[in-house]
Amino acid sequence: MIVQVGMGSCGIAAGALELWEILEQEVAGLNPELELKRTGCIGMCHHEPLLDVIEDDGRIFTYGNVKPEEVGEILQAHLQGRGSRGDRLVASSAEPAGFLKAQLRIALRNCGHIDPESIDDYCQAGGYQAWQRVVTSFTPEQVIEEIKISGLRGRGGAGFPTWFKWNATRQEAAAPKYVVCNADEGDPGAFMDRSLLESDPHSVLEGMLIAGYAIGARRGIIYCRAEYPLAIERLGIAINQARARGFLGEGLSGSEFSFDISIKQGAGAFVCGEETALIASLEGERGMPRLKPPFPSQRGYRNNPTSINNVETLANIPWILANGGSAFAALGTEDSKGTKVFALAGKIKRGGLVEVPMGISLRQIIFAIGGGIKGDRRFKAGQLGGPSGGCIPASLLDTPVDYASIQDTGAIMGSGGMIVVDDSTCMVDMARFFLDFTRKESCGKCVQCRIGTTRMLEVLERICAGEGQEGDIELLEELAGEVKAASLCGLGQSAPNPVLTTIEYFRDEYEAHIKEKRCPAGQCKSLIQYIIDPERCRGCGICARKCPVECISGEKKQPYIIEQDKCIKCGTCLEVCPEKFAAVRVE
Amino acid sequence: MECGCGKDKFIQASFPEGEVDLALIEELLQNNQEDSGNLIAVLQGAQKVYGYLPRLALSHIARRMGVKPARVFGVATFYTQFRFTPVGKYLILLCEGTACHVNGAERIKTALGDELNIEAGQTTADRLFTLDTAACLGCCSLAPVMMINGQAYGPLTPDKARSIIRSIYKREGQLREGAEEK
Repeated sequence: MIVQVGMGSCGIAAGALELWEILEQEVAGLNPELELKRTGCIGMCHHEPLLDVIEDDGRIFTYGNVKPEEVGEILQAHLQGRGSRGDRLVASSAEPAGFLKAQLRIALRNCGHIDPESIDDYCQAGGYQAWQRVVTSFTPEQVIEEIKISGLRGRGGAGFPTWFKWNATRQEAAAPKYVVCNADEGDPGAFMDRSLLESDPHSVLEGMLIAGYAIGARRGIIYCRAEYPLAIERLGIAINQARARGFLGEGLSGSEFSFDISIKQGAGAFVCGEETALIASLEGERGMPRLKPPFPSQRGYRNNPTSINNVETLANIPWILANGGSAFAALGTEDSKGTKVFALAGKIKRGGLVEVPMGISLRQIIFAIGGGIKGDRRFKAGQLGGPSGGCIPASLLDTPVDYASIQDTGAIMGSGGMIVVDDSTCMVDMARFFLDFTRKESCGKCVQCRIGTTRMLEVLERICAGEGQEGDIELLEELAGEVKAASLCGLGQSAPNPVLTTIEYFRDEYEAHIKEKRCPAGQCKSLIQYIIDPERCRGCGICARKCPVECISGEKKQPYIIEQDKCIKCGTCLEVCPEKFAAVRVE
Repeated sequence: MECGCGKDKFIQASFPEGEVDLALIEELLQNNQEDSGNLIAVLQGAQKVYGYLPRLALSHIARRMGVKPARVFGVATFYTQFRFTPVGKYLILLCEGTACHVNGAERIKTALGDELNIEAGQTTADRLFTLDTAACLGCCSLAPVMMINGQAYGPLTPDKARSIIRSIYKREGQLREGAEEK
């Protein structure tokens, strides 16, 4: 019997380490036939911490939200053949989790199944076989051809054909050439790359190795953001293991090809996800983008030809080379082949990491996989592509997930962040949130981006504060046009997208703020009041005790009152008021 | 109306003067001084040593790596990871990512600020806590989240956030008492 615990950083935050310690110290000592194994993240973040029991006959039982004190009981049930502890069971071989059913896992094929710190586990799961196949029977041109057949496009956001980038880099005469893995996952609300690197680092290394072979590079660099310490640690372990096994180093697998990989840590700048800014950062400079061309494939790191590929793109590579480009191309739609990983979060019942074939609808992802909206509230919008993307309203829920269709809505596919919001989220505030982010992250090189986003933010802030004026919407649209037109890089060119899409689909909310000084979602603090309904209040006093500014008063068993001029509108009273009374409301 | 470049960012205010032991980063410099491309790695290493980037250390790094101080200060101020004032024993990073935002990160920020009696970016008078924000910690399914010295906590409520701070205060109090008894 194998017992495994999901130990991605979200699992650890949810308490996986405590489970692991208990397993190690107590249970494993008592039951020597138990094999303990740590895995990465299966993606069911909503059930973390997760514990899998794999019986000797191969049946798998997955327990979710496991508390340390329940570990013993779960194991005893299995050891004594009493079956499973039902209330914590979230999936089993007999009944897979609804969350996983509609998924198709290629990039995430090993996540949550193998020990990310064991190269043996990776090899047993078929790891490095694609590389062996490539190095023994493919020319670099054939590798690029296979990727071309697969139709793989860059998963970092822009969707540029991967084969084209590789080929362009290969064609350049200058040397040495570089392969750079872009792991600077800066979109707030996206965690695909973190999870992949923490759960299956070798697949990314193998992808880089194959890329290096195809373009004729000797060196690979992983640019990983410093906010992901566990990913960096596991990558370091994986690189050392790959070196020891002869997958990295000089004269690999009897060929003349040599390749090694190093890690460089980002230092917290969103714009460094942009290729040319990333290169500047790798070179120890301020991460500011420059004009293209020359493209990185012509002049990249240290002015040499460089192919920059996203983590998820690279994780797909070994699968494509092992199964053939046409197997990958058979999945997805005409212009978007294969699968895409999304980080599903926000007001969703089952948040986590999902991988689906291109072309399935947003509705399927959010409702069939994600289980719908928390508290069964009304779905309002799905935010795709983070600060560069846009909000897709309920009326477009049947939009298929492919590059072109998503672009038609005004959002972008992006790297895969998908934040679901319900009717309690104000869309003007959402636009303000993203613009605040891009304004802070603008590198300052282009005037329209640096100052334009600041001006747009000021307008949005005054709308949220109830001081919006006639003509503000038009002003936002005009500024948005200028920022888009005159910015050098993707950050500026796409920064207005969250504003433009919310204006397009939720114009009535903007108008309610400006004309009626009303926030329909009840979120903008200046436009709302918390009121205790005297008819419903039973005077339990919990709101008064919890109020951080002590602005609620009253007599026991009499209706309480909120002093409006002292209230900071934190919403604590609404949250703590017992459901059976529901006496606090927002106006 | 203010311009887009921020205010109150005078050099003196941003980089307070202070005594530092430059020998602590000697090894780091020796390993990296040949290649100015390693500047960011050197700054990261120095911040690990001091907990922040002291002004003297920045000038020293410029001298030793053979680059202009302006470039070192330019790089250091560009990236949000670098800080120029000392941090408390516990560094709280409150996530302000999208998922945390829609799940009420603002209220956690208010609660933490109230409990610690500081604002984001500041350190408590006893040098125990520094409250800072992060663009996204990537633990979106646990939103709202905060990270204290690398350990993530979530999903938070204002009450839960307060009690985490209180339990650290309590532990620190016991540590101090223990030390005094000895």
